[in-house]
Amino acid sequence: MKSFSDFHLKTYILIFFVVIFAPTGNVLLSKGMKTVSPISLHSLSDFLQLCVRVFTSPYIWFGIGFLLMFFVSYLLVLSWADYSFVQPASATSFGVVALLGHFALKEPVSAIRWLGVIVICLGVLAVGNTHPRTTEHK
Amino acid sequence: MAWEALLLLLIVVAGTSGELCVTRAMKTIGEVKDFRPAALFRVLIRAIQVPWMWLGIALMAIAFFSLLGALSIENVSFVVPVTALSYAAGALGGEIFLGERVSRRRWVGVLLVCVGVTLVFIGGK
Repeated sequence: MKSFSDFHLKTYILIFFVVIFAPTGNVLLSKGMKTVSPISLHSLSDFLQLCVRVFTSPYIWFGIGFLLMFFVSYLLVLSWADYSFVQPASATSFGVVALLGHFALKEPVSAIRWLGVIVICLGVLAVGNTHPRTTEHK
Repeated sequence: MAWEALLLLLIVVAGTSGELCVTRAMKTIGEVKDFRPAALFRVLIRAIQVPWMWLGIALMAIAFFSLLGALSIENVSFVVPVTALSYAAGALGGEIFLGERVSRRRWVGVLLVCVGVTLVFIGGK
């Protein structure tokens, strides 16, 4: 049964990477874009200036780096696990965003939003109770 | 109104089909078992040689720009709950296009995730 548990372990580890990297990358990109704003695009030189400011922002580069790591993790886990398993399980990232917002950024998170996070977690638990791969047997 | 509906449809259909194509590409590569950096790099090189991967990325790009377009017309708190339908579309696509067996328990989970994502965005500021 060693390979069985290894199979589950690597699936859960990569889904963990997916739900950490994706929101972190998005938060960094959003922070980066807010530091380069306000944007006024009236001419080509405005646009070029904006590009320079965007691509010299460390937040943007870290954001892109995290999103790349997210995409690679996503590709890797999809090489063996069902899409209908990975996609809903990745929705845990909504919970990560709410927690990050509440504890790291001290943003107010409404009761309805917390309820949504709890419902997502219940859904992920239900999906997580099924086998990650239903297409072939080894 | 018609434009808006078209954009929302594209976000869900193109986005989900794109991810399904990417999944199909990765399934042709087969289960990754070696996680050393050089081996992972070789997997990625093989992955970008699969046509399904490029079709998937193109569809995901269409969905991304449709999302930007929809967000320029409508509030994010309306657009994103609609895109939560992608989870249902994904499970259906997984069954039809990838031959996955979506059990009743998995369907219940998928539908709970749809409802939860909708609540998260309704509860936004």
